[in-house]
Amino acid sequence: MAAATESLLAVDGLVKRFGGLLATDNVSLGIREGEIHAIIGPNGAGKTTLIAQLAGEILPNAGTIRFAGTDVTGLTVDARARLGIARSYQITQIFKGFTALDNVAMAVQAQDGHNFRAWAPARADENLRKPAAAILERVGLGARADVRAVNLAHGEQRQLEIAMALATRPRLLLLDEPMAGMGKDESERMTALLAKLKGEETILLIEHDMDVVFALADRISVLVYGRVIATGKPDEIRANVDVRAAYLGDGDA
Amino acid sequence: MTGLKLDRRTWFVIVLLAALALLPLVAIATDNDYQIAQFRRILIFAIAAVSLDLILGYGGMVSLGHAAFFGVGAYIVAILNWHAAREVPLFGMMLGTHNVLVTWTAAVVLSGALAGLIGLVSLRTTGIYFIMITLAFAQMVYFFFVSLRAYGGDDGLRFPGDTVILGLIDTENDVAFYYLVFGILCAVLYATRRLVNSRFGMVVQGCRENERRMKALGFATFRYKLACFALAGALAGLAGALFAANESYISPSIMHWTRSGDLIVMVVLGGMGTLIGPVVGALAFLFLEKTLPDYTEHWMVVFGPILLLLVLFARRGIFGWFLPKEDRHGGSH
Ligand SMILES: Nc1ncnc2c1ncn2[C@@H]1O[C@H](COP(=O)(O)OP(=O)(O)OP(=O)(O)O)[C@@H](O)[C@H]1O
Ligand SMILES: [Mg+2]
Repeated sequence: MAAATESLLAVDGLVKRFGGLLATDNVSLGIREGEIHAIIGPNGAGKTTLIAQLAGEILPNAGTIRFAGTDVTGLTVDARARLGIARSYQITQIFKGFTALDNVAMAVQAQDGHNFRAWAPARADENLRKPAAAILERVGLGARADVRAVNLAHGEQRQLEIAMALATRPRLLLLDEPMAGMGKDESERMTALLAKLKGEETILLIEHDMDVVFALADRISVLVYGRVIATGKPDEIRANVDVRAAYLGDGDA
Repeated sequence: MTGLKLDRRTWFVIVLLAALALLPLVAIATDNDYQIAQFRRILIFAIAAVSLDLILGYGGMVSLGHAAFFGVGAYIVAILNWHAAREVPLFGMMLGTHNVLVTWTAAVVLSGALAGLIGLVSLRTTGIYFIMITLAFAQMVYFFFVSLRAYGGDDGLRFPGDTVILGLIDTENDVAFYYLVFGILCAVLYATRRLVNSRFGMVVQGCRENERRMKALGFATFRYKLACFALAGALAGLAGALFAANESYISPSIMHWTRSGDLIVMVVLGGMGTLIGPVVGALAFLFLEKTLPDYTEHWMVVFGPILLLLVLFARRGIFGWFLPKEDRHGGSH
């Protein structure tokens, strides 16, 4: 049963310096298959920087990242994505000029391959369109398939980005503040979507909304000044003295 | 996708191509036969502009060196013909030939290969750096040919070409040669249309829209951009080969960086990312370039602002006027 207890993602001694600033300070972390692992921490704590290192956009100064048993520390972004690490960004990254369906079809193609096929029309390719349509349906954008992404509401764009991440059939989803900039209704819809994904996907979730985090997360890690000061189940984190002092504040949770 | 949208675009293409098909007949009927070589030249530049649209409009790669591939294609044809005519060995062998199957193929392959090499370096950069580095490479190629005294250097090279192509078409026959060029333009338009809508084309457009997202999805974007860049170079080389056959004389000026600028203007004027737009752009540009100087020697003063207005208010250029409103900005066709 050793394999079952080994983490899908294992981060060990990760360090990232920006000049004199320690954005990631000796972070070690394990994400287990199937869990929603939330990372919370004040603004500037280094959450996005951590995700960027996991995805490969930023290379760490020290430490290792193992994913599904492979050392991925030196791999490029696209190589890691092909291994099954998908992400959403704090600032939405989608294909604005494409329709919603084209956006997701592009993501389906990412794992379906045949990218040098240069004759058959991609928009008539059922191997791309069908799965893409199904995933749009799954995130609740089924009715918006033919709308250009640029014309979607902000909340819909964020849903679309998650649809794209899902379409690559990832083994690990890195979500950087999926509710950022959303109104109340949009946040509720996103929360419902994440609740639907719980148990089906392995998710590392960065989120400021404590209600959402404590409702959804299986485990929580608290990041302060680049350091993980606590990791545990929601109850343990709520009760943790250090966390209350450093981050949650009195009565804040 | 409404029926109306499709119709307008298709109608535009049909009317344009029909007009181009009838052009030589009209010229003959109105005793303007002497203009046919000029019309051919327009179609040849249209092919070059379409090839640039692949990287500029679809790939989002603003190359200021595209004329280099056009020029290299032309020079390959010229040099091979020149050697054949003079019976001078090339690289120690009798490589010269008048056979267009050989010379045009060589032009396409070698300009594509050169584009591959230049792309290998320049595609590691983006934005203004990419513009500058493609410009620098193109100028290197330009000065390389300027320095080739054996092939006329600055003065260029006059050469006798093959007059009978594939045993079928006589380039001395203005009309037959026109239809050959027209046929090639149509084939290029059809093939590139298929290409941009294929899986490969979607990847290239994805890189234009958001390369960061493409990488995060797992695409090794570099190789697709490189393939597109090399292909565009090869097609520009094909246009260059046709140009050489059309003129029987070439000089390095055809690959000067300002010629690359002209190609960009054609694409932007006609409508980036539309393929058919650049054909209109080439027509309009070459027409204006020829007629505006008759009215004022400061024609660039007039032309510049027109272009600026087009870029500011109609990203789809002239072709955009024929598109429904919501399609005039952004997106892909
Ligand atoms: N490329 C960079 N160069 C220099 N400093 C950086 C860079 N990226 C981030 N930082 C700094 O590193 C620290 C951590 O930033 P990061 O964006 O990871 O925080 P965060 O926890 O995601 O914050 P937020 O909740 O506001 O999104 C900040 O002080 C930030 O200013
Ligand atoms: Mg952040």
